[in-house]
Amino acid sequence: MTTPSTEPGRENGTRRSLRRAVPYLLLTLSVLPIVIGYAWVIIATFSYRTKGLLPIDAEGNIGGFTLQNWTFVSDAEIWRVALNTFGIAIGMVIGVGFVSSLAGYALSRMNFAGRKGFLGLTLVLHAFRPEMLLIAIFHVLLFIGGIPLIGKFFGFNTVGGVALVMVSLELPLGVWLMKGFFDNIPWDMERSALIDGASRFRVWWEIILPQIKPGLAALAIFNFITGWNAFLIPFTFTLGSKVSNLPVYLNRFSEDTSMVSWNQVAAVGLFSLLPVMIFFIFTQEMLLEIYSGGAKGGA
Amino acid sequence: MAETVVGAEAGVARAQTSRWAQIKATVGAWSFMSPAIFLVLVFFFIPAILLFVLSMTDLASSNFSDPWTYIGLENYRRLFSDRFFPKILRNTFKYVFLTLGFFNVGLALVLALLTSHINRRASFLFRLLWLLPRITPSVVYIVMWRRFVQTPPYGIINWFLSMFGVERQPYWLTEMPWLFVVLVNGFVGASFGMIIFTSAIEAIPKDLFTAAKVDGASSWQIIRDITLPLLRWPLLFVTTYQTLSLLVSFEYILLLTQGGPGLYTTEVWALTAYKRALKTYFGSHAWGYGAAWGFILVIIGVVMSVVYLRVFRFDELVQEPKIDVL
Repeated sequence: MTTPSTEPGRENGTRRSLRRAVPYLLLTLSVLPIVIGYAWVIIATFSYRTKGLLPIDAEGNIGGFTLQNWTFVSDAEIWRVALNTFGIAIGMVIGVGFVSSLAGYALSRMNFAGRKGFLGLTLVLHAFRPEMLLIAIFHVLLFIGGIPLIGKFFGFNTVGGVALVMVSLELPLGVWLMKGFFDNIPWDMERSALIDGASRFRVWWEIILPQIKPGLAALAIFNFITGWNAFLIPFTFTLGSKVSNLPVYLNRFSEDTSMVSWNQVAAVGLFSLLPVMIFFIFTQEMLLEIYSGGAKGGA
Repeated sequence: MAETVVGAEAGVARAQTSRWAQIKATVGAWSFMSPAIFLVLVFFFIPAILLFVLSMTDLASSNFSDPWTYIGLENYRRLFSDRFFPKILRNTFKYVFLTLGFFNVGLALVLALLTSHINRRASFLFRLLWLLPRITPSVVYIVMWRRFVQTPPYGIINWFLSMFGVERQPYWLTEMPWLFVVLVNGFVGASFGMIIFTSAIEAIPKDLFTAAKVDGASSWQIIRDITLPLLRWPLLFVTTYQTLSLLVSFEYILLLTQGGPGLYTTEVWALTAYKRALKTYFGSHAWGYGAAWGFILVIIGVVMSVVYLRVFRFDELVQEPKIDVL
């Protein structure tokens, strides 16, 4: 923000540049724990053992580059777990995107009985975080599990059930963001299409949705990352590795592991972190936008 | 469907719009809404009611009683007379206020101010680094922190300490559990406020700063007299929003300490509810009792969110739609 000023002040030059360095220094200090944490993950992944941040080999000397921590990638289980993780993430992208763009359109463009009520309600839901409902959702999922056919895919202890819960809990945010995107689109094109006799659904699909592609993309990225990282809900509603996702798998792995295989834990950690990082690097600007656009507060 | 265009001049026509068209439009709108409504009903409403009903029963995996035995307010009585109730309550306040004060609002504000006083590209980089904990899977993030606090020769903090020749190198998590609970949550939480404050600072007209500079104000004076007063609303917003978030969030504590070390040292209200009902060491689930703990938080959450939506006049967002019955 501050561009090099050209004021011909008599102030001592070195003192001024020192003062200018203070914010950089403080910021660098503040991000140190984050940087060190990531550095450890990367170093540990490729080394036999670590002492602090130093990689060491079996004899305790510095060095010991190894790929042995990565042997898990030849295990079929990790890929099934990764597939589950991907399923939840994609389920969230499609589910939240579809449902909330439908509802957002209706809320933005139509006047109907109950509109205000629903909007007020989603606002409260948006502010209110649903963690505490998990106890009851557990019983809802048990009930769904008892329904023939549907229960097999969306009941307790299924990837579908986890995805469905995650989609629902993300809806208040999605609906609000979508409504905001629709509100910003001029409605001339849409109106002429309606006068020409196009149905509302066709207008929504063929005219409006293409216009909010950036918004949809931002929401999709956000949901992909949320779905990919999901821990609490899969942890609560699944049992065993058949249906677990990467964070849950990693948690189990790190809990019943001895000290020695911490490096393997780091490797699995990096494995689950990589897709998110790649996504993040390419889309940070969009993400910053959505976070400031009213995302949830996190812990 | 198209019968009337609602424009400025069409006010008279609107009155004549047949009842049938309105019903049809409402049905059409609700069909757009139906998937969302269905999911909200199944996963918000029914659970909220269910939680209340559950809290009045003694449903648990240990007693094998016929499910849903009504026991009135017994669970609530048990909750308030729990031996650890005062401690859990204290912990909850400690957790919320320390994290909020030092990180989610305090550090967030400092970061926003610092990054808006430096080169644009550098500030972008720092903000990205600060966002990392938020997008890291919580389990991986906790693995990092566990590694920080480990005993020698593995622990990173102790590794740095030994560089400075410090002798005492304990397992830091049991040494100062609260410090790390707050740090772990704070490093995730600070970025939310940072982003809100940064965009608020960027929205302040530049001439205000220029004018102040011309008048010879120092950076500190500018921050104190111009920036901070204009950040009043964002500050209030982040504070209330994050209070609510922290009150019900427990994921990082669950992963880091599980409420330990020892008895209930870092156990907060939300974690108690969750553990009682869903995750116990002995595999006994006291759903009814846990639901009582949870339901109190739900009530607090709903009341607080209604209040703060009032404060921030969110009802203004509920304006009339652009295209009416058409």
